[in-house]
Amino acid sequence: MLRIEGLTAEVEGKPILNGVDLEVPSGEVHAIMGPNGSGKSTLSYVLAGREGYVVTGGSATFNGVDILAIEPEERAAAGLFLAFQYPVELPGVGNATFLRTALNAQRRAKGESELDAMQFLKLARERMKALSMPEDMLKRGVNVGFSGGEKKRNEILQMAMLKPALAILDETDSGLDIDALKIVSDGVNAMRGPDFSALVITHYQRLLDYIVPDRVHVLISGRIVRSGGPELAQELEAQGYAAVQAAA
Amino acid sequence: MPAVTETIEAVQSVTESGYKWGFETDIEMEFAPKGLNEDIVRFISAKKNEPEWLLEWRLRAFAAWKAMEEPTWAAVKYPPIDYQDAYYYAAPKHTKGPKSLDEVDPELLKTYAKLGIPLREQEILAGVEGAGSTPAEGRMPVAVDAVFDSVSVATTFKDRLEKEGIIFCSISEAVQKHPELVRKYLGTVVPQGDNFFAALNSAVFTDGSFVYIPKGVRCPMELSTYFRINAKSTGQFERTLIIADAGSHVSYLEGCTAPMRDENQLHAAVVELVAMDDATIKYSTVQNWYPGDAEGKGGIYNFVTKRGACRGARSKISWTQVETGSAITWKYPSCILQGADSVGEFYSVAITNNYQQADTGTKMFHIGPRTTSTIVSKGISAGHGQNTYRGLVRIGAKATGARNFTQCDSLLIGDLCGAHTVPYIENRCMSAKVEHEATTSRIAEDQLFYCRQRGLTEEEAVGLIVNGFCREVLKELPMEFAVEAQKLLQISLEGSVG
Ligand SMILES: Nc1ncnc2c1ncn2[C@@H]1O[C@H](COP(=O)(O)OP(=O)(O)OP(=O)(O)O)[C@@H](O)[C@H]1O
Ligand SMILES: [Mg+2]
Repeated sequence: MLRIEGLTAEVEGKPILNGVDLEVPSGEVHAIMGPNGSGKSTLSYVLAGREGYVVTGGSATFNGVDILAIEPEERAAAGLFLAFQYPVELPGVGNATFLRTALNAQRRAKGESELDAMQFLKLARERMKALSMPEDMLKRGVNVGFSGGEKKRNEILQMAMLKPALAILDETDSGLDIDALKIVSDGVNAMRGPDFSALVITHYQRLLDYIVPDRVHVLISGRIVRSGGPELAQELEAQGYAAVQAAA
Repeated sequence: MPAVTETIEAVQSVTESGYKWGFETDIEMEFAPKGLNEDIVRFISAKKNEPEWLLEWRLRAFAAWKAMEEPTWAAVKYPPIDYQDAYYYAAPKHTKGPKSLDEVDPELLKTYAKLGIPLREQEILAGVEGAGSTPAEGRMPVAVDAVFDSVSVATTFKDRLEKEGIIFCSISEAVQKHPELVRKYLGTVVPQGDNFFAALNSAVFTDGSFVYIPKGVRCPMELSTYFRINAKSTGQFERTLIIADAGSHVSYLEGCTAPMRDENQLHAAVVELVAMDDATIKYSTVQNWYPGDAEGKGGIYNFVTKRGACRGARSKISWTQVETGSAITWKYPSCILQGADSVGEFYSVAITNNYQQADTGTKMFHIGPRTTSTIVSKGISAGHGQNTYRGLVRIGAKATGARNFTQCDSLLIGDLCGAHTVPYIENRCMSAKVEHEATTSRIAEDQLFYCRQRGLTEEEAVGLIVNGFCREVLKELPMEFAVEAQKLLQISLEGSVG
């Protein structure tokens, strides 16, 4: 269970999150929608522990662990995964090397044995197949020269390999073609289960037809102003944020 | 950002105690008296039972050195070296074949163990009789010529090499057994009076490796030297000479670690390579000598002259170096491309952290027609490190159709370090083509965060990103070295993130 209470945060002295309250029980998928600049990515960075995103109040716990108190890599080992809105390029670092280093770092942190090259390759091939990714992507530099959609798919591959308990997907749907949207959604849905929860940040109701959320939240000016079931996304699509906010 | 100061302090605390190989072996030394004069040169030559011509060769070098001044053009700063305050000869006493490891000086074994050398190789290094005749299972055999301080302790895999007619031994042994070869090639690539440090080396060199690959022979194993600097205040003056005769092929590995100490230590090696028609020499170095403490005190001064002559047509000399150690590195492995269609390559990674200074690069002299050279230099600076790439590409009037490609990339970690690129190009040939690319970048915050979000620690993240940055060079290293080099890159940058 992810529990966020009264969370406030600022970036370069500017308050962005102004008291976020949110609970995502284990096994549930929640969507966050909101206008550009409302603080959705900021929330994801704060939860993942990015430098420069300063928590000024409130709390966030995941399965009882105070995640704001630990290092980003410890949060990752605790099961938190962030699919970046803008995946980062790592020139010269092979995708396979990166994936294996990350996977083994997390396994080590959890006291599990590391995967050798063969075990890793077998797993990676299997997961890539499920995501219809060509195998040569393993050899290429992390996200280097990847198309927008390939980068997003690569994020989902990492998620599928790392098997997080909590995934935050920041606009993973933008830039995906129709087929890719379906493949990626299937990838997320395949992970659903009692021990997996997700926060899906999106601008489009369309994604939520594939990944049907348990709850939808509307974030405006760094606050959750409304929450509801999947139908809330449809209401937003039809009426826009102003009406929804006014109705709150 | 306060995080910067914090991590910089962390770097300092880590690196101060972080030199993994800081220890000193207490083996009885046989010293020449301190100081440098003609008598010392004679002493060294006599001690090594050298022929008259070599003594005279040394004395000419000494005379040249006395008339020279220490160069000041490199972008490195250090207090003046008192050449009269150092020992120029020291030899470990037990150098003759013990029967088993039990008979080997335990201090020596401890040294090897700390270096992480496997037991089997320890036996070989320590010169245990019979060891080394069969290579360890499942890996490419490596023949090792260990330079422990100044005298080659052991040379291995000799039998196998001898079958191919390959000579791989210490240069002192070569002087005794193959004087005609040594006399023919010594100083023909790096003359005695070439530069201040080369002249010093020529006068007082104590040992080093000698390799001769006969015509048409492909050396069946990597040839390797573990360099160690051990005695207090003993300058190391290695002399290496590698000759690849027509159509032959050899890959040579040079690796080194040094113990921690207070006084700065001078190391002025000379390496000469000669490649005849269609011959290939691949020379790889992983250098991780003691870089000094966090204030830069006590590290090795590494003033090296490395040069290869592509004498034959279609010959090739390839230098690959990973330089992570030393307080000061002054080093420009070069290629003289005489033979038509000969090829010179230089792949380099140089890291400076804390107060390390590196002024390194290469010189490519295009003399023959259609000669080509490739230069890939990756400089990484962290802490207060200063990293200079200094390169010269000179294309002579007769080098028609010559080509050079140079790429210099610098990576900065933190705000206090520096990277400098000084490329010189001299082209006297209209039909030659010279290309130069240079970039400077930093490890971006988003790259670090991305890695850490996936579970890597900050240090692992830096290691991974730096290894990615160096990939083009690391892939040139033989497998065994590549792994060691990757680890070294990580160790030498521990905590250096700002
Ligand atoms: N590093 C920064 N420096 C200054 N302002 C920042 C920084 N990062 C974020 N902000 C500001 O914080 C606000 C929230 O940004 P955030 O990226 O969280 O929005 P978002 O809801 O994800 O928007 P979008 O839907 O466009 O992705 C924006 O006004 C943005 O300009
Ligand atoms: Mg965003």
